[in-house]
Amino acid sequence: MENAHATTSQVEAFYLGNFAGPSFVGQNHLAPYVAAGMGMTGIPATRFEAACASSGAAFFHAVSAVAAGLYDVILVTGVEKMTSQSTPKVTEILAGAGDLCGEVRAGATFPALFAMIARRHMYQYGTTREHLAAVAVKNHQNGAKNPLAHMRKVITMEQALSGKPISEPLTVYDCSLISDGAAAVLIAPFERASEFTDKPIRVLGISQTSDNVALDEKADITTFRAVQTSAEKAYKMAGVKPTDIQFAEVHDCFTIAEIVAIEDLGFVKKGEGGPYTLAGGTCIQGERPVNTSGGLKSKGHPVGATGVGQICDVAQQIRGEAGERQVQRNSLGLAQNLGGSGATSVVTILGAA
Amino acid sequence: MNSTLNNPGSGVVYTETVVYSPPEAYVNDVPYQLAIVELEGGRRLTGRIQGERAHIGDHVSFIEFRNQVPFFRKSA
Repeated sequence: MENAHATTSQVEAFYLGNFAGPSFVGQNHLAPYVAAGMGMTGIPATRFEAACASSGAAFFHAVSAVAAGLYDVILVTGVEKMTSQSTPKVTEILAGAGDLCGEVRAGATFPALFAMIARRHMYQYGTTREHLAAVAVKNHQNGAKNPLAHMRKVITMEQALSGKPISEPLTVYDCSLISDGAAAVLIAPFERASEFTDKPIRVLGISQTSDNVALDEKADITTFRAVQTSAEKAYKMAGVKPTDIQFAEVHDCFTIAEIVAIEDLGFVKKGEGGPYTLAGGTCIQGERPVNTSGGLKSKGHPVGATGVGQICDVAQQIRGEAGERQVQRNSLGLAQNLGGSGATSVVTILGAA
Repeated sequence: MNSTLNNPGSGVVYTETVVYSPPEAYVNDVPYQLAIVELEGGRRLTGRIQGERAHIGDHVSFIEFRNQVPFFRKSA
C-alpha cells in the first residue's frame, strides 16, 4: 500500500489467494480476517483457492472485475504459512491438490507426480538429469542475488546432481521450497493509475484455464494443456507472439515444471526445454531470461502467494528495479502460475505503460 | 468399466517413480514404487508396483487391491 501511495479507504474489494490456510494453521475465513487486520471492513473480502495458482486466480478475477467496471480499485494478495508443519504433514496437505480417490490414495505426493512427468519427458524427448539440474543451478544463481529470496545460496551442478532422492529422478535440489510468504498488488483502471504510481504496469493479456486434476486422466503428461490454452488466449489478447516475450517468471515448483513450461508457452519447441536451459538460453544474460527472481526453487514457494509474487517480480523488472538481476530487454514480460499437476493455469502478459 | 474396476488385468508402465519422501499416511512404506499403468483398452490407472523394479514400457500384471489401491507386479 505504501508502494502504491494508497490508503485502505480507497480499496473497493479485497481478493486473497490462499491454498490451505485452514490445514496449515487451522484458520478459515481468511479474507475478511486479513482485510480487517489491515483496517478494511465493509467491502467484499473473498478467498480464492486454486492450489498453487490460488493468487494467480485471485489476480485474474480481480483484473476481470476492474475491466468489467465492477470496481475501480482492488487489492489482490496471496499468502501461505507452511513452515509450522513437519515435512510429511506439508507433503500430505499439498497432496490435497491431487486426486484423493486415485493417485493420492496410491501414495502420490507432488514430488512423485512431477517425478512421473519427468520420467516420461526423459523417455519421450531424451531430457536428462543434467537438464533438470541446470534449472536448479540457474535459479539458485538468480535467487542468491535477490534480497527477498528464501534461500540465497548458489549451488553447483555436482551438488544438484547428487542431492538426496525425494522421488526418482527428482532430488531435493529439483524441488521448490516449503516457505512462508505473502505478496500484494493494487489493480486500478489505467486512467486512474497515475494516482498511485509514476511507473504503472499494464496488463496486456491474461487468461485462466483448467484441465483434469488426476495425472492419469491427461492424454500426454509431458504437456500442460491448461498452460497451452491459457497462453494462447493471453497472447491473443495482448496481440503478441511467444517469441515477442522478453523475459518470464514461470512456475518452477519442480525443475521439470520449468522445462515443460517454457515448451508449452512456446518459447522453445516441445522437447527442447532441457537443452535450451543447459545452453544458457534462460539465464539473465541469455536470449530469454526465465525466473530472474530465483523462482519457486530459490525465492521460495509459499503456494498461495506465488501467483501474485510472480506478478510483482515481472513488474519489478519492467520498472527497472531488479538491481543486479536486471534484464536489458524489459518492456514485455510474462508470468505463468500453475495449480496442481496442471489442472489450473494462469498466464499474464505485462508491459510498460 | 465394472470389470476393469474389479480386475484391471495387465498393462504397460506409462511412467513411474520411487518415492522416498512420503506423505504422513505412508511414512512406513518408503521407499515404494508408484506407476501409471496403461491397461489393455488404453485406460490409465495409478497404482503401486510390488517386487522387482519396473520401467517405462515394461509389462505388469494386476495382483490385488489393497485399501482400494491397485498393486501390480512386473510380468515374467
